[in-house]
Amino acid sequence: MVKDQTGSFELENVSVTYGKETAVAGVSMSVPSQAVTALIGPSGCGKSTLLRCLNRMNDEIGGVTVGGAILLDGADINARNVDPVELRIRVGQVFQKPNPFPMSVYDNVAYGPKTHGVRTRSDLDAIVEESLVRAALWNEVKGSLKKHAFELSGGQQQRLCIARALATEPEVLLMDEPASALDPISTQQIEDTIAELKDTVTIVIVTHNMQQAARISDRTAFMLRESMEAPATLIEVGDTRTMFTNPSDKRTEAYITGRFG
Amino acid sequence: MSRVRRARLAEAVAKAVMGAATLVVIGIALFLLGYLTYRGAPSVSWEFLSQAPRKAMTEGGIFPVIMGTVYLVMGTAAFALPIGIMAGVYLSEFAPRNLMTRTIRLAIANMAGVPSIVYGLFGFALFVMSLDLGVSVVAGALTLACLTLPVVITVTEESLRRIPLELRQASLALGASRMRTIQKVVLPAAAPGIVTGSILGLSRAAGETAPVLFTAVAFFAPMPSTPLDQTMALPYHLYIMATQAVRPAPHIVWGTAFVLVAGVSLINVIAAGWRSAQRRKIKW
Repeated sequence: MVKDQTGSFELENVSVTYGKETAVAGVSMSVPSQAVTALIGPSGCGKSTLLRCLNRMNDEIGGVTVGGAILLDGADINARNVDPVELRIRVGQVFQKPNPFPMSVYDNVAYGPKTHGVRTRSDLDAIVEESLVRAALWNEVKGSLKKHAFELSGGQQQRLCIARALATEPEVLLMDEPASALDPISTQQIEDTIAELKDTVTIVIVTHNMQQAARISDRTAFMLRESMEAPATLIEVGDTRTMFTNPSDKRTEAYITGRFG
Repeated sequence: MSRVRRARLAEAVAKAVMGAATLVVIGIALFLLGYLTYRGAPSVSWEFLSQAPRKAMTEGGIFPVIMGTVYLVMGTAAFALPIGIMAGVYLSEFAPRNLMTRTIRLAIANMAGVPSIVYGLFGFALFVMSLDLGVSVVAGALTLACLTLPVVITVTEESLRRIPLELRQASLALGASRMRTIQKVVLPAAAPGIVTGSILGLSRAAGETAPVLFTAVAFFAPMPSTPLDQTMALPYHLYIMATQAVRPAPHIVWGTAFVLVAGVSLINVIAAGWRSAQRRKIKW
């Protein structure tokens, strides 16, 4: 299922302020559709904060102000007439720690579609199967959809969370260090899943792991907070291979060669 | 003596002292329940549970007394659970964190500390007199509900707080509204805690005498046929049989006490068992 080329972001001079403290400032970059964009940088450099701007999850934390413009397929997602609830149907998210709901595998995946009005059993069955197939979990759980989600392994739970996010057919999938709580084999499976998904959905992934960014992403953005007094900024963004072989900024080079972070 | 050996000795002494304190507590509880069973259980028969008192309450059973308490507790649940759970949800999920809500929380905590006889007087003034409900099951249930509300509110709020933030975020990120997130994810996950805590609160209410003293009970009354009738109730029956009876009937007093404690304990054990079964099912 190849969709139209939707789900591209354009960030123009984006800043994030918590109360009085500016955490991220002056980020301008584009996120192309149907590709994997990695956000890398040391801890506390605002990667996750920036990611949460893209589905307005920062709205759920009090006192956060987002400046600049974030355009999804040309339309400002922070405009007055945009309902964050509708935005999040188009822009899904997978979190750092697997966070399945305390219900069955089936009900986890069906939660999103049910929320958005899918009622008939056959429609739900089809969505659940397709989502689990896309998340590369179907073969492991097809016989036990009624099983409680907490009985799955950590890696399976995370792929369940990916399936759950895919079930609302988002155009963009945000992933906040989705493999950092998993073992190497599960990490490998998640990375394979991402590679399969990028043909149909735009992926923005935050990762601590530079090898991971190099392996799975098409574009990489490097963020850095150079002092505790200054907000984090975008140092460099570009084609992943170019960035890892021939970075244009000295700080990027220092980071990817492991001199800090 | 070396420093290590001294520390080891101190630890042994502390362990022994704390262990002894625990034994005292267990001892008191066991003695109380054991003696109550020894004196009360022989009085309990089918006749005792199913018949009305006879001969100035010195013979017969306590059926209307048991039913009076059952009605009072059901009425209390009907008032305290919906209001308490909704207030707890509001405080946990919607209320802003400011001076106002801090004051409200403090007031609720204080409500839990008000002596039950004060609730009795309050209930008499408000429900019996001002609202003109008379001395009745409904007035007593409302009074007991006031006493139970802080428990229900607190237990609801705490159960909701214990639900991990990640779970709420997962639902919100799927495009669910706050309300749907609470309804479909947060409340079901918190339900075991809320239900068990509320049941414990209700079982406490079942044993209260002072709140119903002026608001619901009579020395002797038939089974209430409407909520506006007076009733008898186990704790009050115990009190009058022990202190005001025309002729002493100790077997009735002990039997009543045994039925009250056994009933309340049974409910508590069921509630605790149900919760641990739920906890095993839902783990994070």
